[in-house]
Amino acid sequence: MAQERTLPVFQASASAIRQEEGLMLYEDMVLGRFFEDKCAEMYYRGKMFGFVHLYNGQEAVSTGVIKAMRSDDFVCSTYRDHVHALSAGVPAKHVMAELFGKETGCSRGRGGSMHLFSAEHNLLGGFAFIGEGIPVALGAAFQSKYRREAMKDASADQVTACFFGDGTTNNGQFFECLNMAALWNLPILFVVENNKWAIGMAHERATSQPEIYRKASVFGMPGVEVDGMDVMAVRAAAQTAVERARAGEGPTLIECLTYRFRGHSLADPDELRSKDEKEEWLARDPLKRFEAYLLEQNLASEADLKAIRDKIQAEVDESVTFAEQSPEPDAAELYRYIFAED
Amino acid sequence: MAETLLFNALREAIDEEMGRDSTVFVLGEDVGHYGGSYKVTKDLYKKYGDLRVLDTPIAENSFTGMAVGAAMTGLRPIIEGMNMGFLLLAFNQIANNAGMLRYTSGGNYKIPMVIRGPGGVGRQLGAEHSQRLEAYFQAVPGLKIVACSTPYNAKGLLKSAIRDNNPVLFFEHVLLYNLKEDLPDHEYLVPLDKAEVVRRGKDVTILTYSRMRHHVTQAVKGLEKKGLDPEVIDLISLKPLDFETIGASIRKTHRVIVVEECMRTGGIGAEIIASINDRFFDELDAPVLRLSSQDIPTPYNGRLESLTIVQPRQIEEAVEKMVGLKV
Ligand SMILES: Cc1ncc(C[n+]2csc(CCOP(=O)(O)OP(=O)(O)O)c2C)c(N)n1
Ligand SMILES: [Mg+2]
Repeated sequence: MAQERTLPVFQASASAIRQEEGLMLYEDMVLGRFFEDKCAEMYYRGKMFGFVHLYNGQEAVSTGVIKAMRSDDFVCSTYRDHVHALSAGVPAKHVMAELFGKETGCSRGRGGSMHLFSAEHNLLGGFAFIGEGIPVALGAAFQSKYRREAMKDASADQVTACFFGDGTTNNGQFFECLNMAALWNLPILFVVENNKWAIGMAHERATSQPEIYRKASVFGMPGVEVDGMDVMAVRAAAQTAVERARAGEGPTLIECLTYRFRGHSLADPDELRSKDEKEEWLARDPLKRFEAYLLEQNLASEADLKAIRDKIQAEVDESVTFAEQSPEPDAAELYRYIFAED
Repeated sequence: MAETLLFNALREAIDEEMGRDSTVFVLGEDVGHYGGSYKVTKDLYKKYGDLRVLDTPIAENSFTGMAVGAAMTGLRPIIEGMNMGFLLLAFNQIANNAGMLRYTSGGNYKIPMVIRGPGGVGRQLGAEHSQRLEAYFQAVPGLKIVACSTPYNAKGLLKSAIRDNNPVLFFEHVLLYNLKEDLPDHEYLVPLDKAEVVRRGKDVTILTYSRMRHHVTQAVKGLEKKGLDPEVIDLISLKPLDFETIGASIRKTHRVIVVEECMRTGGIGAEIIASINDRFFDELDAPVLRLSSQDIPTPYNGRLESLTIVQPRQIEEAVEKMVGLKV
């Protein structure tokens, strides 16, 4: 096990939250966790196929960033996209139905786990190849600036959040897009979910400068390092970055130090990561930690939290029923969606 | 009517479309202040500003992906590939995201974008700058592929491509930018999916596109003198192919020669022959013949280069042989 980086300490009191805000964040994280647990169950029961990458352990990042954004802002994900989609507001049943390959899925059963899309929720995807979502996110951010400046649309102040992993920061598209985002001052957040591993490639074996947030500085862009297991810390960093972006002050790189609690995908036996490392990070479970915080601050009672968990469990269970009962895509529509129908 | 050079016809198309639709913008290397490597976007930045005629860093894969993202969110980008060959670096964004994303998203997004620029074998530009990417890209679902060949069709096709709600790969040819033609003063569009019957005839159908259209036209002059009457079709749309026009011609001539500038293996002609065999086999009096570039990296040496691509003389001979004048 490599030397652990010291997680930056975040003083929660500095940005204390209101009760309803706290419960909203908690609910979103619980949804992410329960949904993924259900996916594992369904995968092993042969209900979903292909490469399924779960998000357990990283919930504070999705919730912390996306819930700091507006519903008309844009979210761009990777193949580990279920929970980003949920935080962005795509109903759990439409994500589950997609994983079951059903017509009612958010990508109408054509995409699958790694290709979740929802134009209605400004979810740009679901991108199965490393790094290829970053330029697409850049395009959405460029579009906001273009509408505002070239089309004189003052209401075009949407911000784009682009998520990707530590391994992806070694890909050219990362550097190319950081350059263009800074060059053109685009309203975008580059959110690195540094979970220390790219499948079986340990981060420090893959990169010459493991502190990813430092890479922002050469582009003249703020780079911040955040405890990615602390939803309050992530939320505070995201709020600052969103505010800057919305005000036309340009991009921010946020490196969230986090960990995945499961293998790379459900097909991964997860034999490389040491037991010690896993245990150390499991002890920082973002859900348990936030639960403790809410209780400590008297923002919620045990009963409040249980009520949320019960509600979400019911929602996730219903998503499975919905997915199971939904129709398969019509074979006569095999060729539909190749081209726009105008 | 105004006599117009092909590169200016393209420029007019872009200018007119940018004028009528503020979501249309151009991006690429040196498209702005420099005016484009073949002057297709000359001075447009003065009229539309730096954001609508966006000079990008040399980052093909990323600026192509950025255009995809802009198209998904409602803009209409026109990418200029400084040379189409450079778009090999953008293969991922063109294939995965421009081509397939509409489908994988189950129709959530459409991607109205044009990727245009100079392709083909020029004059001793060397192998890397002499590529014919149409053959590489034809297998990607979701892309339309178009090749222009005259100032008239260049302008009308580009306008249609910009208005199309799908990604269009739009091939120009390095050696055709200075072709001249009188263009109508009124606005016109040329449909993307229709082949152009360049010359009506009855003896043989010659299917061609881009610069090879002009080699064929030259060959036809010689053939006419020998009393032959070939039909010449400029495919225009390389994907999807216009089998209506192709089929109507085959039913008349029963003989087909494909003349292409891409390489023989896995080329456009290979696909055409397979499709003709699928659809019109019973109409054929002879196997379809293809005249293609050699399967080699285009050599720099001028003599070797001219041996690499199809010459008018070879087209003449092939037609004569096929219609039985020569055995
Ligand atoms: C272009 C490309 N190369 C390789 C892969 C295979 N692959 C999928 S995920 C992955 C590791 C990515 O690691 P990271 O960016 O840290 O994200 P994480 O999976 O940890 O969330 C690799 C190599 C891919 N999907 N795309
Ligand atoms: Mg990782």
